[in-house]
Amino acid sequence: MPGLVLADRAPAETTSAPIPEPAPAELVRAYRTMVFARAMDERCLTLQRQGRIGFYVPLQGQEAAQVGSASALRPEDWIFPAYRELAVALVRGIPIQLLIDQFFGSGGDELKGRQMPNHYGYRRFNFVTASSPVGTQISQAVGTALAARYRREPILTIAYFGDGTTSSNDFHAGLNLAGVFQTPTIFFCQNNQWAISLPRERQTHSTTLAVKAEAYGLPGVVVDGTDFRAVYAAVAAARQRALGGGGPTLIEAQVYRLGPHSTSDDPKRYRTDEELNAWKARDPLARFKLELMDAKLLNEDQDHALWEAARQEIARAVAQTEATPPVPPLSFFDDVYAVVPPALQEERRSLEQLLAAGTVRP
Amino acid sequence: MTELTLVQAVNRALRHALQNDPNVILLGEDIGVNGGVFRATEGLQKDFGAERVIDTPLSETGIVGAAIGMALYGLRPIPEIQFQDFIFPAFDQIVSELAKFRYRSGGQYPCPLVLRAPYGGGIKGGLYHSQSNEAYFAHTPGLKVVIPSSPADAKGLLLSSIADEDPVLFFEPKRIYRSVTGEVPDGDHRVPLGTAATVREGTDVSVFCYGAMVPLCTAAAERLANDGTSVEVVDLRTLVPLDEPALLASVEKTGRAVIVHEAPRFCGYGAELAAILAEKALYSLQAPVCRVTGYDTPFPYALENLYLPGVERIAEAIRSTARAG
Repeated sequence: MPGLVLADRAPAETTSAPIPEPAPAELVRAYRTMVFARAMDERCLTLQRQGRIGFYVPLQGQEAAQVGSASALRPEDWIFPAYRELAVALVRGIPIQLLIDQFFGSGGDELKGRQMPNHYGYRRFNFVTASSPVGTQISQAVGTALAARYRREPILTIAYFGDGTTSSNDFHAGLNLAGVFQTPTIFFCQNNQWAISLPRERQTHSTTLAVKAEAYGLPGVVVDGTDFRAVYAAVAAARQRALGGGGPTLIEAQVYRLGPHSTSDDPKRYRTDEELNAWKARDPLARFKLELMDAKLLNEDQDHALWEAARQEIARAVAQTEATPPVPPLSFFDDVYAVVPPALQEERRSLEQLLAAGTVRP
Repeated sequence: MTELTLVQAVNRALRHALQNDPNVILLGEDIGVNGGVFRATEGLQKDFGAERVIDTPLSETGIVGAAIGMALYGLRPIPEIQFQDFIFPAFDQIVSELAKFRYRSGGQYPCPLVLRAPYGGGIKGGLYHSQSNEAYFAHTPGLKVVIPSSPADAKGLLLSSIADEDPVLFFEPKRIYRSVTGEVPDGDHRVPLGTAATVREGTDVSVFCYGAMVPLCTAAAERLANDGTSVEVVDLRTLVPLDEPALLASVEKTGRAVIVHEAPRFCGYGAELAAILAEKALYSLQAPVCRVTGYDTPFPYALENLYLPGVERIAEAIRSTARAG
């Protein structure tokens, strides 16, 4: 790939102790999660085309970066995702049913149908609810790290974002704060080469995105984001350094968004088939599968079984969601404040009357 | 009771909160070693340490973003924006994030914090040290907006805000930081949010105001009392949630309403008050609702005395409202 600069798998300057290779069982589990994410992505794109969900943000091409990074975290670490982090959520153990419920905005959605698909978060999984404005989660992740340090709780915070976000206010604000306060934070940038229609080269004149870390006094690491092991090693090393008091790290995982930005986007308008095909040849799933087969950890039958199991589990979850009653119509007045204030109670009553009279319908 | 200025009362409230709640953390520009450009945080870093009173880089979005991250984790951060005029780099964090975290997460992530910012004109601060920007935030569901006008309320409302489960924007009228003094209860003094105060009873005209306009409205009311006009002055104290019963009760009594704020008129907070009166108190009104506000221009440096509502302009508006109809 033109302009692709790959760092060593485990950047020596950021590693204080050797990072052990994941055990074979962990590798197989990681591959299974990647398959699951891909299967879910394919299913959700279809659901959107069928009009059964309103919108979807695919992650295809970024599975190794997401599973590799999330696998190097501990459950107590706080994840601040953007809206493309499905495989991170799966590694974190968030049940498929919860995610599908959220995509449908059904009555089972713990977010109560408030947000577009992909903008989920679950406190009990230390996976903070995402928003659409890009970059805002970056300085929040620094604040949470400061709070945890104040309470003497040894956790890491990690903010996920894309190449476009490196141009945002909060990328600058967050990395600067993290540098000054030396917080235990990882800034995990999935450079998927395209911010909707804007190519990486037009996003910034920097040679890499990782090099921006230098100005904030923190290490910046470029890693091949299609290589599970390389990403895992880079994040594990950065985590170890951060919790040892060594401060934050910016990691640029170089990947490619194989699909559209979202279901509202048509990438044929701005990028070539040649480019897409070149990156398809480096599909992280295919690459990892071959590695596992070479290591005799996987065969074709087992691979087939993984895909089948994933598709069946997803189908079951979709069926259950579609059998769930919709979000109660007056629930959208809740959670604006801790207690519904009188003026809002009045608005709720007025809608209740319109609903009761049949003037409006949910 | 202790006689204090408004800014001293803010300082006492912050000190009380730091002493009594280990979750309280202050962060902002120049608030630590320097004690704040208005001295609101004077002495606090010395007494509570640099880990709880944090001098930050010059980045409003970073300050508010980090404070949100702290609140999500369970702390009670109190970020300071040095002048309300400089709040806009943090607008995204306040409007897109702070105001919506509880809602967008289905109630999983409350985000209780108190963002303090001095606001308002009358200090020769020009375009960018004088504005009164409360309406942008009062328009955003999920935020509470509080503006004190006296030292006792400054302490009582601030301590209530810190204890509140929702995000509060606490805007301090810097023009009267030192010009107003008053008795302030010692200890854990609380003034509940959402309650207006009738600072002067009257029967002919109701004046609704907040912050630095309150003493001016009171002065205008005193002047008119000499002419035989009885003016009621209501200090709203909390813009969101509004004490609507107090607004309506006063107008039902007087039948006449004057609304005073220093922010520009068009889509200002007074427009909402006037709309509520039109919807719910029209049959009590004996005269058109009158607004006395800043003009619909940016804030002028050299001519701020003409721009800002003063006692003369307020008194004249009350007089004509009393005569109307």
